[in-house]
Amino acid sequence: MPDTVITYIIRRLVAAIGLLVIVSAVTFSIFYLVPRWAGATPETLATRYVGRAATEDTVKLTAERLGLYDPIAVQYWNWAKGVVVGAEYDYGAGVERCPAPCLGYSFITKQPVWPELLDRIPVTLSLAAGASVLWLALGVAIGVLSALRRGSIFDRAAMTVALAGVSLPIFFTGLISLAFFSYQLGWTVPGGTFVKITDNPIKWAQALTLPWITLAFLFSAQYARLTRAGMLETMNEDFIRTARAKGLPERTVVVQHGLRGALTPIVTIFGLDVGLLLGGAVLTEKTFSLPGLGKYAVDGIVANDLPKILGVTLVAAVFIVLANLIVDLLYAVVDPRVRAK
Amino acid sequence: MTEPNSFLEVRDLRTHFPTDDGLVKSVDGLSFSLDRGKTLGIVGESGSGKSVTSLSIMGLHKGGSARISGEVLLDGQDLVSSSAEEVRLLRGKRMAMIFQDPLSAMHPYYTVGHQIIEAYRVHNKVTKAVAKKHAIEMLDRVGIPQPDKRVDAYPHQFSGGMRQRAMIAMALSCDPDLLIADEPTTALDVTVQAQILDLIRDLQREFNSAVIIITHDLGVVAELADDIQVMYAGRAIEYGTAEDIFDRPQHPYTWGLLGSMPRIDRERTERLIPIKGTPPSLINVPSGCAFNPRCNYASLNEGASETERPELLDIGAGHKVACHLSPGQRQKIWETDIKPKL
Repeated sequence: MPDTVITYIIRRLVAAIGLLVIVSAVTFSIFYLVPRWAGATPETLATRYVGRAATEDTVKLTAERLGLYDPIAVQYWNWAKGVVVGAEYDYGAGVERCPAPCLGYSFITKQPVWPELLDRIPVTLSLAAGASVLWLALGVAIGVLSALRRGSIFDRAAMTVALAGVSLPIFFTGLISLAFFSYQLGWTVPGGTFVKITDNPIKWAQALTLPWITLAFLFSAQYARLTRAGMLETMNEDFIRTARAKGLPERTVVVQHGLRGALTPIVTIFGLDVGLLLGGAVLTEKTFSLPGLGKYAVDGIVANDLPKILGVTLVAAVFIVLANLIVDLLYAVVDPRVRAK
Repeated sequence: MTEPNSFLEVRDLRTHFPTDDGLVKSVDGLSFSLDRGKTLGIVGESGSGKSVTSLSIMGLHKGGSARISGEVLLDGQDLVSSSAEEVRLLRGKRMAMIFQDPLSAMHPYYTVGHQIIEAYRVHNKVTKAVAKKHAIEMLDRVGIPQPDKRVDAYPHQFSGGMRQRAMIAMALSCDPDLLIADEPTTALDVTVQAQILDLIRDLQREFNSAVIIITHDLGVVAELADDIQVMYAGRAIEYGTAEDIFDRPQHPYTWGLLGSMPRIDRERTERLIPIKGTPPSLINVPSGCAFNPRCNYASLNEGASETERPELLDIGAGHKVACHLSPGQRQKIWETDIKPKL
């Protein structure tokens, strides 16, 4: 049994690498072809590195060194090679070594992309981790109570709030909560004060409290609705009647038999949501000025900074692919019927 | 209140469900009694109130929207007036139930052993290891091969017959005095049905429990039941020993059930005789006799069936029937009209 699980994981990881190659190739094509269609030449792209003031010769030389005259396939191959084994750039005055995984240099800051991403991943990770724990606990608890007291005042109130939560965008709830809790009441410090958990856990949590709550509000609304629907269905199943016929206390019936049965779709969606979020909670990070992957991506897009966009896309794809794999493995843990297949 | 003289006494049980369309009278005045070691068969079409009766006895309608009245005396204790918690403590311990479809009735995510252990440990303060040993014993007792291995299997890894055996093991794990089997063989292959019925009969002898078999299949009750109660629209319309019901049935509905039962000894060219019409809605039960609109003989009693509800009356030696026809009329119809066609 564990042997088949390991081969399964290896098979999935190989497939995942294939998928990442496709994702990166498509992204690469889009971001390197579209500018050319829009009239950009290798020279104008090279200008972004050397600046407008450079002479024509310098620009051409730079374009040559960066391989911008090469066909797209060769360019992609060089880029992919850089990701796997690292790359060396000869900029005339010397050779710049960019260690693997080399995702190129930002057009704007001239800094290598990978170390910048490494700086931002903890921010997004912290945001996603805290918010997901919060929304899972809150959403499932509210969903279960709503289902058990279907039609009650609690149920109606919770579902109304949940509807609002699903409908309201982050930049609305985020700004409202910032205005109220940070500026009006002064409970939290507004934006841009991310502290690593290893440096100061209390300040870390303080800075993230509001983003967590805002993000969790959006997601727990969705999870409450999902849990409620799942519980309503499961509590009507024959095996619930059997559990009651055995004389189990209602609490055990609800939690161990009902919730356990309703959990499968929640686990699935939870894994995918977290994977998606790790690729950058764009709106939340932007609203609260958190220097995470999402904000990095937006900054890259706004500045036409192709290496940045490509790097974030690749990292986000890795998170989603991994989340998918974990979900599939969890699925087998949650539902024994999946294991046989 | 009279003292109970049987192990299970049901007196004037009524289970009504208020709905937006009106009051659904699923069970409407049911009385019967059952002793230890005896088997009662409850027979009727879908919607006649058989399953609601069993769930009401088990207290599984408590706390819901159902309005339950009457008395259910289990060894003298009234379950209708007892609290939900008191009845819960009896469920699984003194009275247990097995269901129609053992696949959907077992939790797909837990092993068969876990589900039996759980049933045993609610009512017995024992360690998991002791309970597991007991679960293996129970699986062995219901005829599951290699019980020490199968105890760790999931329901979907069992065949239909094995699952029902496991359900029976679960129901009997606390040695209940009353076992209710709700259509226990309906979802099973014909070859397996007989095995399960044999198993229930053997275990009943071993445990000396009272058994209620609920079914629409007269073949099943013929196999197992000492007494048979025929239900129609939430009420008993005939009650008697198996011999009474099969050899001297008195109610036109019972005749209909017998006539629509396939029999191997009947000529193939002869057609089954279905009961005309459909069961009545339980919201608007016909006034008078509920079976009146579908009865071939209602015209013989000068309209009494349309206005007056017949009482369940003893016609001798515990054989009861609720019908306006006179004993003479019934005797004549049975002898000339019904019996020769069966």
